[in-house]
Amino acid sequence: MTEILVLAEHVDDDVKKVTLELITLARRFGEPSVVWTGPGAEQGQARCAEYGAAKVYVAADAAFDDYVVAPAADLLAQLVAEKSPVLVLLAGTAQGKEVAGRLAVKIDSGVLTDAVDLQPGDDGPVAEQSVFGGATIVHSRVRRGTPIVAMRPNAVAPEPEPGPAEISQVSLAADAKGAKVTNRVVAERGERPDLTEASIVVSGGRGTGGAEGFQIIETLADSLNAAVGASRAVTDAGWYPHQFQVGQTGKTVSPQLYMAIGISGAIQHRAGMQTSKTIIAVNKDPEAPIFELADFGVVGDLFKVVPQLLEEIGKRK
Amino acid sequence: MNIVVLVKQVPDTWAERKLKPADGTLDRASVDGLINELDEYAIEEGLQIAEAQRAAGHEAEVTILTMGPEKAAESIRKALSMGADKAVHLLDDGLAGSDALSTSYALAQVLGAVGFDLVICGSESTDARMGVMAAMLAERLDVPQVSLASKVEIDGSAVRIRRVSEDGYFEVSSTLPAVISVVEKINEPRYPSFKGIMAAKKKPVQTMSLADAGIDLAAVGLGGAATEVVDHTQRPPREAGTIVKDEGDGGVKVAEFLAARKFI
Repeated sequence: MTEILVLAEHVDDDVKKVTLELITLARRFGEPSVVWTGPGAEQGQARCAEYGAAKVYVAADAAFDDYVVAPAADLLAQLVAEKSPVLVLLAGTAQGKEVAGRLAVKIDSGVLTDAVDLQPGDDGPVAEQSVFGGATIVHSRVRRGTPIVAMRPNAVAPEPEPGPAEISQVSLAADAKGAKVTNRVVAERGERPDLTEASIVVSGGRGTGGAEGFQIIETLADSLNAAVGASRAVTDAGWYPHQFQVGQTGKTVSPQLYMAIGISGAIQHRAGMQTSKTIIAVNKDPEAPIFELADFGVVGDLFKVVPQLLEEIGKRK
Repeated sequence: MNIVVLVKQVPDTWAERKLKPADGTLDRASVDGLINELDEYAIEEGLQIAEAQRAAGHEAEVTILTMGPEKAAESIRKALSMGADKAVHLLDDGLAGSDALSTSYALAQVLGAVGFDLVICGSESTDARMGVMAAMLAERLDVPQVSLASKVEIDGSAVRIRRVSEDGYFEVSSTLPAVISVVEKINEPRYPSFKGIMAAKKKPVQTMSLADAGIDLAAVGLGGAATEVVDHTQRPPREAGTIVKDEGDGGVKVAEFLAARKFI
């Protein structure tokens, strides 16, 4: 049977949603084998099984915690050699893409990143990518080696389908080396979902007027169980931390719903959110380019529109 | 300390960027090129590290390495006017159409030829946005990958960085030589001074061909790429949405839209 390797992203035993998306996607091409690095596999296995994993390769070596990127690429290269999969899928996160890059060099295979779709083709999988700030749609394929594809989170909807998820222990053949992790600091995010994985993202821009004004964005996000994003104007001004910037030089998101509040929608910003499924915009300038993308837009003062919206959401709960 | 900063010339984000119909490669000729914004942080970081080395009594030199067509010389000039000491321009028609994998091969060949203690690049380019180059180069050069740095500290022959992650950061350290990539806002890139611009005109720029760097022509360019574009189209404009003016009921209208789409 055709085997597909899926590198799991997880925090301890908590499988990230993007991994379930990858397992779902892998079923289009063959039998998904999840590659689990580090601890937590025994508990994580159940989730992988729910989404149709045939196997779970577990490598519990300490190297995965102690070194960045390189050990995961080593392990994948080892499994590619042993199992001859037809495809390797990874999450299109910054780290996932780095692992993909190293693996590509190791096994001399083509790598595609930031795919928003992947379909079987006559000459192997064909990836859809959205480039130049979303203005151009590109279909590309790998023409040498085992295709390596890093999928953008939220590219496909996870669909449960039971699978055996049979655990098989593997271990790194090579000694870990390279850059050593000496400390990990997890930022306080509270209960909010991860920005790149969230189904709903509420972003605020220059129109919020300052750090204090930006708080309304957090309140709205929490009322929708959404992640908070910000335009570059906001993070440059220091109104909100830089890691929440959505745009060309920040995070790229494609949630089910994207709400742009007080954001004009310059290309810098559009590049990070144009592939969102539904877009809502609130801006006082009727000429703001964000309205060209919006499925629904309100021309008005966000400090009037958002409080009323919050009240309505409260009533409907 | 021999610091090599990788600089890529990219089409201006604000211009209309297109792929060429014939081969699906980027049309670099029709738009203005400029230094990839994230590389400006890499240049600044390189300059700051070199300055600190010199202040501590060590020798240090910053070399700019660019692969790209003739036009990329503009970006090299700017990097030199910011304060880099010299540059290497890998320039050869055979490179056109290279993908990330073949680009990393070509750059690694040059880096091997010129030597380095530290390679610094931006975390991604604003055109391709793959974010794989530091990882690929570290793998090819068999040196530690110290990437996605929001803070870099050099201590003797060791480097320590703060690596940004999805949910916080890691502290990562390694010995030199190493490959570093830096993220936006790690520093405030300087503007070239008038003196810097004048001085840049006299700084050495070495042009290297494939043969000079020992690069196999068959492994680069469109022919050597491990990936290919099947087709590409302009995204059709999104269907025009409903835009309403707030008449005191804007919030209610948004809520109605959200409810109709089952978001609330």
